[in-house]
Amino acid sequence: MKVNLEEKNKSLTKNKEIIYALIAGVFSGFINGIFGGGGGMIVVPMLTELLKYKSKVAHATAILIILPISIISSIFYAAFGNFNLGIGIPTGIGVTLGGLIGAFLLSKIKAKWVSIIFSFVMFGAGVKMLFF
Amino acid sequence: MKVFLYLLVGAIGGVLGGMGMGGGTLLIPLLTIILKVGQHTAQAVNLISFIPMAIISLIIHIKNKLIEKKNALLIIIPGCIFCIAGALLSKSVSNTLLTKLFGGFLVLLACVQFVVKLKKKS
Repeated sequence: MKVNLEEKNKSLTKNKEIIYALIAGVFSGFINGIFGGGGGMIVVPMLTELLKYKSKVAHATAILIILPISIISSIFYAAFGNFNLGIGIPTGIGVTLGGLIGAFLLSKIKAKWVSIIFSFVMFGAGVKMLFF
Repeated sequence: MKVFLYLLVGAIGGVLGGMGMGGGTLLIPLLTIILKVGQHTAQAVNLISFIPMAIISLIIHIKNKLIEKKNALLIIIPGCIFCIAGALLSKSVSNTLLTKLFGGFLVLLACVQFVVKLKKKS
């Protein structure tokens, strides 16, 4: 009897995991498609809170998830004629260089205050875009 | 020259992204507010600029064994399907409306993040 209960719990947890994973995919994919970004910010807390991933693993795995999604979104955005090479190429180079710097900084600086400042900046930018 | 500005703005977004702060999400308002790029274009630029950096980061993370493959496909496959829905929806919406929607999304995200951080501190 005990073994059956354990097995039942295991399959329930497995089913929960599957549903959480699917939900995470649906939301992060949709946000990535409609906003061209932000999917990562949705998926990381879902990975840590729902799927119980450790923070570093969640952030790293989020990149694995968002990469193919972004590629598909990019294809559609390019097909719609939204992509501008004159803007995209220098920005893309900047992002890649900045990303290397940021990854290096992450190991040197405590990210706590940076992320609080980031929340404020996001809020300010959001308000500007909403009302002005 | 403007090329340098785009490089700089990209770098700022990239640094934040490299720190795991969702820098792409800030890149879009940086492009639209400071450099007056259209919303749809800024989103496209963000999507495409993410790719090379993501590939590099991914290689490093795989080496450091930080990637959890277990449920990855379960997340990626619906993600890829629904991103198409999102992209089609964003196409049908004007620059102005998309900007406001994006702004609302940022405000919501900032509030939720802030509340969660406050909770965690206590």
